[in-house]
Amino acid sequence: MALPPPDPQFVLRGTSAAVHTLHFSCAGQEPDIPVLFSGSETGLIHVWNLKTHRVDTALDGHGRKSVYCVETMGGKDRLLSQGRDQRICLWDLAEGRTSVTDSVFTEHVGFCRCSLFKVAQGRWLMAMAAKGLEEVQVLELPSKTSVCTLKPEVGAKLGMPMCLKLRQLSCGSQPLLLAGYEDGSVVLWNVTMGKALSQLVCHQEPVMSLDFDSEKAKGISGSSEKVLRIWSLNEQQNLQVYKTHELVNAGVSDITIRPDKKILATAGWDHRIRIFGWKKLKPLAVLDYHTATVHCVSFSDHRTPRERLLAAGSKDHRISVWSIYTE
Amino acid sequence: LSLFPGGLDCSISFVSHVLGKVCIHGRQKEILGVVVPHLTELTKSDCIWQRICWRLVECVPDRCMEAVLLGFVQRAPGADVLSRLLGNLVVKNKKAQFVVTQKVLLLQYSHTTAVLQTLLGYLAQDSPRRALLLTVLQELLETWGSSSAVKHSPPEQQLYISKAILICLSHLKEPEIESCRQELLTSLMEGVKCHLDSSLPRLRRLGMVVAETISSTINTQGPVLKFEYEEDDETRELKSLLVQTPPLCVAPNLPEDDRSGKADAAQPVVPESHKKSQTAAPEMPEEESGAELDSDDELIPYDMSEDKELKIKAPVYIRDCIEVLTGCEDVDKWEATVKALESLVRRNPAATREVSVELAKILLHLEEKTCIEGFVELRQRAQVAVLTTDPIPVSQYLTSQFYSLNYSLRQRMDILDVLVLAAQELSCPKIHGKSKDAGAQKPRVQLLPGSDSSTDWRRIVDERIKSKTRRFNSGQCHVELASGPNQFNSVAGHFFFPLIQHFDRPLTTFDLLGEDHLVLGRLVHTLAVLMYLAVNTVAVSAMGKALLEFVWTLRFHTDSYVRQGLLCCVSSLLLSVPAQLLLTDMAEELLETQSWLGDVVEKDPDGDCRRLALQNLLLMENLKKKLEAVPS
Repeated sequence: MALPPPDPQFVLRGTSAAVHTLHFSCAGQEPDIPVLFSGSETGLIHVWNLKTHRVDTALDGHGRKSVYCVETMGGKDRLLSQGRDQRICLWDLAEGRTSVTDSVFTEHVGFCRCSLFKVAQGRWLMAMAAKGLEEVQVLELPSKTSVCTLKPEVGAKLGMPMCLKLRQLSCGSQPLLLAGYEDGSVVLWNVTMGKALSQLVCHQEPVMSLDFDSEKAKGISGSSEKVLRIWSLNEQQNLQVYKTHELVNAGVSDITIRPDKKILATAGWDHRIRIFGWKKLKPLAVLDYHTATVHCVSFSDHRTPRERLLAAGSKDHRISVWSIYTE
Repeated sequence: LSLFPGGLDCSISFVSHVLGKVCIHGRQKEILGVVVPHLTELTKSDCIWQRICWRLVECVPDRCMEAVLLGFVQRAPGADVLSRLLGNLVVKNKKAQFVVTQKVLLLQYSHTTAVLQTLLGYLAQDSPRRALLLTVLQELLETWGSSSAVKHSPPEQQLYISKAILICLSHLKEPEIESCRQELLTSLMEGVKCHLDSSLPRLRRLGMVVAETISSTINTQGPVLKFEYEEDDETRELKSLLVQTPPLCVAPNLPEDDRSGKADAAQPVVPESHKKSQTAAPEMPEEESGAELDSDDELIPYDMSEDKELKIKAPVYIRDCIEVLTGCEDVDKWEATVKALESLVRRNPAATREVSVELAKILLHLEEKTCIEGFVELRQRAQVAVLTTDPIPVSQYLTSQFYSLNYSLRQRMDILDVLVLAAQELSCPKIHGKSKDAGAQKPRVQLLPGSDSSTDWRRIVDERIKSKTRRFNSGQCHVELASGPNQFNSVAGHFFFPLIQHFDRPLTTFDLLGEDHLVLGRLVHTLAVLMYLAVNTVAVSAMGKALLEFVWTLRFHTDSYVRQGLLCCVSSLLLSVPAQLLLTDMAEELLETQSWLGDVVEKDPDGDCRRLALQNLLLMENLKKKLEAVPS
């Protein structure tokens, strides 16, 4: 007899606006407080104290325009945020400061979240959608030098890039970029050489989100239709469809694989969060708490597995935090 | 012909005279039936016989020329034969030229398509004659483009002219098109405007087909005019006229083929790996994953039985519906409400009556927020439901809005449609709570004979007329139907009179008697239907009188759709108002109407109008007979 799905461990209220993005930073040692960053539609980034469940700080750097991506760069003192004001801001939050140290003007008017990748200590690669309709630009941070611009061939008609993930197949190898586009294809790019290695048509509708497991060279993508697709990368660096899973209701806004690669979570337009086993995409749980579209899901990076959390941000202004499959 | 045993010096003019005299007396068929095939044979290869033939026709006296020429044109099996037989007659003889270029094409329209093709092909064959072809084309286009011609000439004539234009166009060669491109363009512009203005769908289609052809003739590269219309036999026939003998074919399809060819060539060269991964994408077999250590088994799934498809629930109360439709931002809910509204209204008549006018107002102004299938029909059904639930206030509202400022023509016509549908529902006997369809039914969006349903509506009236006529003559033979009170009785007046009140009062944005004759036509048809449905109601006599006056004022309207509507009104009147009342209340008006109907039968250019007027006259005759049969 299967147990009923668990309730959230706690719920964070107080953003007063739809939550578009979440990012945990809990890997610090004591007395570091584990925090959760959330970006909301009113342009504020809230820093939630996970011990007190209250907002510690609110950062306002995007001129009241929606913030749709937040990432940390090596610890919770350096934050990167991307907003609809076409800017990516770099924040310095150490010692209680809340200042924007640098910003990149992307000229991108869409919703494509940027992707960060650490190349070396203090050096990052960032992939973001650029000004040109189908282009993806890769910059090096913090120097902001352009590494390359990835343009699909003329006539490929991929549409806008919808989601990006920079990954490395194995330690020390070239960073690869996986990009999901408006026409439903996922393209694998070689960043250093700036050319496409493989393209796979995964969906009939725009790819809303994707995630990739470098160890197993397998990835998953979700779109506005009812299908989740898992694809793999073979030795020739070609993408192939591996599996398809049909959902009950259409629309997936976010997918994320837990860092230990055991489970993954999807954020659905039908207000539900779904948990699957990553190995075989076995449906594990359907978490039905929110009353509006869930925009984002994120797993925490706690060092002890027991403390690991899953957070989901929704249009109903709430962030639900769950503790599930933590053993 | 056996009179010429090879002798070339005989006087041919005598024969011509004889031929002419015979033809003019109407015996073309017999004599030309013999002469033409003989001549065809003889002139096939023999030049001398050709010359004889030409001389023969040239010498025909002028007064007989038309008869002879027409006979030849009708008999000749093709354009080449005709040109062998007639030679350059049209160039040399003024009368022949007049007959061919003016009379046959512009003044008559009874000839078949084959005759047209023969004639125009003949003009196109030889260079002295081609100049005539161009003149002919110009004149045809002038007629085609003249708005008074479009309005007043019968549809058959317009079809004839359109065919002639298309055939001419198919014969034109490049240099000629070049020289008259400007005139073609000008006449195209004018002609399209008049044709699209017309209320009759047939004329609109004719205009569209011809316009498309002209446009593709003058613009062989680049975008051509393309209309959307339903293909029917007529349009297909017209289009088939364009396919001519190969050398003269203006092939508008070629540029398009070129363009698609170029697009193919420009396809980007896709890298090999790209193609490979895009083609066969087989799913990797399941057995492989079975070999891996399955740590997924350790994770026990939770109960997921609650995970069902998300359904947005529609509101259950009418007032909630109003809230959703007026203010709600949630589009899913709005969609669900629109879909559920009609049934809700029907199930809660008391609740609906409280807010009926408000609902009617909301529905009248409701615009499509998201893309729902069948939105127009859903809205209309909801409106009809509201109107039938609370007829008097809602009809007052709708009829007043019909004449108000700032509504689009579409909205005004929607009001008329809703009134008609509701009237029909109210006047039908309800059996077990369900309403029956009354006779021929089309999709409920358009009951009024608008574009295509005019024939349907006429069929209904015809059937009714037939059924009535039978009853007059052979007595009672109708089937007993289940009966219930006619709910239309109490509200018929409310539907009818407000509509008829203000038709002659123009507003700034709405002038029934002026430009908006399409809406006037629809209004007239609506009144006809309402009259028809008002049979056996108390108000029928008053309605009849008002309707007769209305018809009388508008009887000379230029738009044939309006006139058809007026005649339908008269039919409905004669069918609905009991005969005695007709006699007592409206005798004089009916007499005047009768004389008007007689006029229409004889002189109206539109075939449908004439037929309807004739039916009305028959009805009146029957009524008279019936009244005379009854001893007073």
